[in-house]
Amino acid sequence: MIKATVYVTIKENVLDPQGKAVQGALNTMGFEEVSKVRIGKYMELELDTDNRDEAEAKIKEMCEKMLANTVIEDYRYELA
Amino acid sequence: MNFAVIVFPGSNCDIDCHKAVEDTVGQPVDYVWHTETNLSKYDCIIIPGGFSYGDYLRTGAIARFAPIMSALLEAAKQGKYIIGICNGFQILLEAGLLPGAMLRNRTLKFRCHQADLRVETTRTAFTGDYEVGEIVDIPIAHGEGNYYCDDATLAELKANDQVVFRYAGSNPNGSVDDIAGICNKEGNIVGMMPHPERAINKLLGSEDGKRMFTSVLNAWREKHGTAITNS
Repeated sequence: MIKATVYVTIKENVLDPQGKAVQGALNTMGFEEVSKVRIGKYMELELDTDNRDEAEAKIKEMCEKMLANTVIEDYRYELA
Repeated sequence: MNFAVIVFPGSNCDIDCHKAVEDTVGQPVDYVWHTETNLSKYDCIIIPGGFSYGDYLRTGAIARFAPIMSALLEAAKQGKYIIGICNGFQILLEAGLLPGAMLRNRTLKFRCHQADLRVETTRTAFTGDYEVGEIVDIPIAHGEGNYYCDDATLAELKANDQVVFRYAGSNPNGSVDDIAGICNKEGNIVGMMPHPERAINKLLGSEDGKRMFTSVLNAWREKHGTAITNS
């Protein structure tokens, strides 16, 4: 059993409306030092295998094909 | 001419699309469930709006892998007429049949109201019955209609006459270049955020969407050598 975590975030050069809204709210609340917020996704996957190299290749494929839309999102993953 | 309306779990504009075909062009139209794998009988395929798969992960992200999609890709290659409306547009983007991607509305508000659109090209199968520059009234209803593509893609869309509709009044979602709908290079696949199937009768507020259906019928008739009508 291999556990992996995947982080997906909107690309730096793409406007993140949610992040901007949260930034505005934080500023209004008094946290004026917050100059940027980006909101992303965090996923936990459990893979039924003990082969780390194979698992990593599969996770990368999953990210490229589905977990991230590579037109607008970046991803990174970690295997536990 | 045979029309198909694809239905995913969570699609909710399928009935409106089906009725729109019946009421505007009166051609045979079928609902096709997402588990089907054969679309060969159909000349025009409509991917309706809604919240397929609950918009989980990203809108259209999971629909893109439904069994029906390989048949759709095949139909696209064969030059069949395909239109993705709202969630349908999102699905076409995720499937790579149209370039770019969809983001959440810049205002973060779900915008549900009438919209003025400018028809930017009449070369697509779905806009032949309009005039370039014509302003049409077609309603929108979406929370993620902020169309995005990078500068290179935008330049290509403009150069290849692939922008089909732009918002003529104020841009409700922040989409790049005020884009409301695009097509592929060949012009047989159109994706748009507004809902033409909701603008086919003056009782609904506008019948400007009607001509999208008559256009595709005329395009098909022209291809198959039968008479074109102006109805």
